[in-house]
Amino acid sequence: MQNSLLITEENRRFEKFRLLKDRIFSYVMGLGGVAVIAAITLIFVFLFYSVFPLFTEATVGDAKYYAHESSDDILYLALEEYAEIGLKVKSSSGYEFFDTSSGDSLLTGKILSENTSSLTAFARGDLRSRVLLLGTSNGYVRVLRPDYAISYPNDLRKITPTMTSLFDPVLVDDSFAPIRLIAGQSVEDETTIVTVSSDADVSILGLSVESSFLEEEVSVSIERSDLNFEGKTISQVAVDVEQRNLYVLFSDGMLELYDVTDKTAPSLIDRVKAATGGAKVTTFEFLSGGLSIIIGDTAGNLSQWFPVRDKDNIYSLVRIREFAPMEGSVTTIAAEYDRKGFAVGDSAGNFAIYHATAEQRVYFGVREGSVASFMSMSPRADAVIFGLSDPDRKIGIFEVYNEHPEVSFSALWNSVWYESRQEPLFIWQSSASNNDFEPKFSLTPLAYGTLKATFYSMLFAIPLAVLGAIYTAYFMTPRMRAVVKPSLEIMAALPTVILGFLAGLWLAPLLEEKLPGFTLALLVMPLLVILAAYLWNRIPESWKRFNLEGWEALVLVPVLGLAAWLSLIMGDFIQVTFFNGSLTHWMSTEMGITYDQRNSLVVGMAIGFAVIPTIFSISEDAVFGVPRSLTMGSLALGATAWQTALRVVLLTASPGIFSAIMIGMGRAVGETMIVLMATGNTPIMDLNIFEGFRALSANIAVEMPEAEVASTHYRILFLAALVLFLVTFMVNTIAEVVRQRLREKYSSL
Amino acid sequence: MERKRLTFREWLRGGDPGIWLTAGTVSFSLIMVFGLLFLIMVEGMGHFWPKSLVRFQMLDATVSDRFSLGEIVDRETVTADQVRSAGIEVAEGQELVDRTLLKTGNRDVDGFDFYWFLDDHIQSRDFPLEVFTAEREEWGNFYGTALGIEQGGKAITMLENGLWTQINIRLDRKRTIKKRIKQIEKKEMGGVNYRLERLRLRLRKLEMASVPLSDNRYSEIKLERNELDTLYASLSGELSALYKKIDRDVLVAETINGNLLRLPFSTLVNVFQPNKMSLLDKVSHYFMKMAEFILDEPREANTEGGVFPAIFGTVMMVLLMSVIVTPFGVIAAIYLHEYAYQGKVTRIIRIAVNNLAGVPSIVYGVFGLGFFVYIVGGSIDKLLFPALLPAPTFGTPGLLWSSLTLALLTVPVVIVATEEGLSRIPKNIREGSLALGATKAETLWRTVLPMATPAMITGLILAVARAAGEVAPLMMVGVVKLAPSLPLDGNFPYLHLDQKFMHLGFHIYDVGFQSPNVEAARPLVYATSLLLIVIIVVLNLTAIVVRNRLRDKYDGIDT
Repeated sequence: MQNSLLITEENRRFEKFRLLKDRIFSYVMGLGGVAVIAAITLIFVFLFYSVFPLFTEATVGDAKYYAHESSDDILYLALEEYAEIGLKVKSSSGYEFFDTSSGDSLLTGKILSENTSSLTAFARGDLRSRVLLLGTSNGYVRVLRPDYAISYPNDLRKITPTMTSLFDPVLVDDSFAPIRLIAGQSVEDETTIVTVSSDADVSILGLSVESSFLEEEVSVSIERSDLNFEGKTISQVAVDVEQRNLYVLFSDGMLELYDVTDKTAPSLIDRVKAATGGAKVTTFEFLSGGLSIIIGDTAGNLSQWFPVRDKDNIYSLVRIREFAPMEGSVTTIAAEYDRKGFAVGDSAGNFAIYHATAEQRVYFGVREGSVASFMSMSPRADAVIFGLSDPDRKIGIFEVYNEHPEVSFSALWNSVWYESRQEPLFIWQSSASNNDFEPKFSLTPLAYGTLKATFYSMLFAIPLAVLGAIYTAYFMTPRMRAVVKPSLEIMAALPTVILGFLAGLWLAPLLEEKLPGFTLALLVMPLLVILAAYLWNRIPESWKRFNLEGWEALVLVPVLGLAAWLSLIMGDFIQVTFFNGSLTHWMSTEMGITYDQRNSLVVGMAIGFAVIPTIFSISEDAVFGVPRSLTMGSLALGATAWQTALRVVLLTASPGIFSAIMIGMGRAVGETMIVLMATGNTPIMDLNIFEGFRALSANIAVEMPEAEVASTHYRILFLAALVLFLVTFMVNTIAEVVRQRLREKYSSL
Repeated sequence: MERKRLTFREWLRGGDPGIWLTAGTVSFSLIMVFGLLFLIMVEGMGHFWPKSLVRFQMLDATVSDRFSLGEIVDRETVTADQVRSAGIEVAEGQELVDRTLLKTGNRDVDGFDFYWFLDDHIQSRDFPLEVFTAEREEWGNFYGTALGIEQGGKAITMLENGLWTQINIRLDRKRTIKKRIKQIEKKEMGGVNYRLERLRLRLRKLEMASVPLSDNRYSEIKLERNELDTLYASLSGELSALYKKIDRDVLVAETINGNLLRLPFSTLVNVFQPNKMSLLDKVSHYFMKMAEFILDEPREANTEGGVFPAIFGTVMMVLLMSVIVTPFGVIAAIYLHEYAYQGKVTRIIRIAVNNLAGVPSIVYGVFGLGFFVYIVGGSIDKLLFPALLPAPTFGTPGLLWSSLTLALLTVPVVIVATEEGLSRIPKNIREGSLALGATKAETLWRTVLPMATPAMITGLILAVARAAGEVAPLMMVGVVKLAPSLPLDGNFPYLHLDQKFMHLGFHIYDVGFQSPNVEAARPLVYATSLLLIVIIVVLNLTAIVVRNRLRDKYDGIDT
């Protein structure tokens, strides 16, 4: 046997090894523990990181300039999809495609073949249609369209620009009068051209292309009409992409809107004063989709207008909203192709980007003091091309980083006046089939839906759970409690998908059929309980074989069953006698109350059912934990059991019950499957208990798989998740803190 | 003790009604819980029972719709007005009508398979013995009478008694062939396809690395591919022969109104005569159907057949999750309880961890999709599977991400349970160990952790129970309504972490709410719900039992 007191070399090595092991163990534990906690924190950080870009301002890159021959005025500038090729149209009747990286000319061409005329008017059609309209000094109109063919030789993108003439030159009238102003659209086979020759003579031309299949020729039929505004001066005309609305702006700031659906008979819709105060309107521009216009004036004010239909189907042009004003007079407005955004340049050399729906300015900056006379956005809204006025006369281009202009506080939470709506509304409608759709990202109806679900479920759950907890903890016999508590706790483990399925496919149809019965049960059940209690009290003591105290809940099971059965029978009777067989049908026809089969009542009951065990279990613990000395004291002083329960036990345990309710509420707020399955998921805002809603959580579940990664929609869904996370986390924290305080209080008692 | 009789008013004031009312809320909750379990049990278990076929003879009907045959599903009483508003004539002056919902099947003949019959329109009802139920691969059930069998297009003659023996023989033959077809299609051809896909990948990798075409690896690949192509051709040859074989027999049947119908045996799943069955037959049929439900694959857009892939997917996902969540949860708990300085920060962390259990599961789903799938998965694809891009491997929802997301969701449960277990271990045990000269690690490893094992197991079981019932986050990170193959198979690497899978909970949602024929699918949803509830309740009860044992074990030591 070795002497253990002797420290041998071997022994020392062993000791060292043990210490090393101990240290490694503690490092592993520390590292692992911190890692797990970090992973948990990561959720919050990541959600925030995903949401953050929504609230960053737009930025722009440095401008890059190209020389431009000074004698020639720029009429138009544009970029193609990839912003690789620029197009400029010059007043000397030529156009030029150029490479935006090198500035090299790619293709130049003349618009007018003879030198007998010059270009006197220019306009562009809808941005996506790329159509350009030009008016000449001898009364002709030309319609052109730049086209970009994309090919991939050697796996590299190559864009080849061409210029197509859509029609032979169109002669407006026989007078050959020079065209002063022009506007128009050409989409598919329909073309509208509006020209202004002298001060106030307007001609409206509708061109339809009819191509016959047999012969390969196309014939163009022309409809036309004229308008004359004696004594006024027209400063701008514009036609929307649907070719229905004609806007005419006069130099005195009046704006008139005509219906030109019938090109032979234009009719006035509305006349408004577009400018405010002493300012004069300088220019206006369509937003993407052509539904609304942005008007800019000499004072730098910017406003959005669109025709609004009232109850009698009469349209009027309404100033929808104003934007943060520019410093100088507005010189040019450029709309984005797909979003409802636009860029503005002013006479002070400032440049700004706005978003109409979000009612916000996402960028504001000075462009080196030079004034932009013309400006265009690239189709992807990632670059701006602009022409500077005298004395610089240069063309410039800069990049724009503007990923999420649609999001502002007001767009997310306030009511917003969306295009073609009659009034400001709260709408959630994240996607549609067409490109120029105005996304409606109001989270308010969704949050409202969540709150509605929470409210009705708490209404159902709180009385049942809290009263049940008081009874179970304070009155029930321990033997029964040992069974009741675990059974109710197992209920918490029921998957909500099953509750949702039962709510949607079993409870909802049942409720629709037996609504009067369910309503009656609310009354009959408590009445029958009290009746049973009173009867028990009236039975002479000598008849009683058992002591019921503590077993009431068991006795009441058949009583409640009887009550439910009675109410359903009575409900059916009432329904047949008074409501023609269906209360729900009667309600919607006679009272005008909409009844959805999957409604808030169903959801309230289902979520209520799901949160009852949570609230019950925690409040039961709180009530059960009330020190015996308190209740004994109360009873000893002569209070009845009920008085003690109400005044002493409930009061002492109230913080615990509060925290139980908070935790239950947290569950209800985030519940997904039940709301997904038991409501119609329509985002409406209505307090009606018989209508459905769409909750934040269900909305995420429905839309997340389809949202494009990193798009605004995707990030807004993340924002919804972050909101849910923060709300539940806060609610739970409050509950937890309250509970811990309570625990300390109990231990001190 | 003799108690004084109280007046009603005194009785009210005494507070007795309050006690009874609170008792009523408990009773009500109990009724709800057990009623719900009872409902699911009855509906779910009843689904497998072979239902008798009832024949209605209708009043004043033409020859073509004189009879109706089917299973009674529901009965109710409605007002005559409601029926009238649906366009059905009811005698004047009649206020209430009784009606019966019949599952009439034969969707391919009639275009519907459920129909409400007014009891007043039914002349008589009986249960003819000779009728049969045929469960089919498509078009739902067929109800009618069997007339004969055609083999290879020719009717075969036989004794009347022999018809059903023949039907059963031929049904067995069909099942055998079907089994072989399935084996070829799923296992063998699937394996060949998988190997071909891997070859294609190897080729793509070589091309991406710009290996010259003269390299002999190309010829190896080519050789192997030729081999596989031959194998594939022989398999598909066998398959088409089998398909020809399975189409040989046809069951000739007629509907109750005399429409002749030829039902190829290849489309029949099960044929039986419920009205002729004895109780014993019915019981054995019941268990056969139950086994089919648990072991078979779903048919007809998940509304018929079994749920085996969903059970398998759920179990796989939960197992994988347990493998991830147990070590991390336990380590975090040990760190928090044994190593971390017990100050304010630890207290805050403890509260935060506790609260995370209350964060909505959908939030975890969003996190899983954004972080695991798109960021982590996308990076893995770029690093490890560049040859497959742009088709994503891990950059798309799948089994691994689902398990990880649920692990994150349930880690607080494990941490809390383990910590509770650790704190229940008496101090003197720890101190004893340390006093005897053990290091902290040795104390933990040899004495504390073994004693805390039941707590860890409790935590794990609770985590599993929670995970098995979660659906919302899974909808984003990997669950699909119909997975083409199981995530575990015979092809290397055997466990396919990138695959999407089926899940019981999602199955309930999908079949109950997304399927075109909800009425027909409803019993199956109840059965699936019952299965899920049984799994979860069993897991929870285990956790409770384990927890109680643990308490009993250490309560003694404490003092």
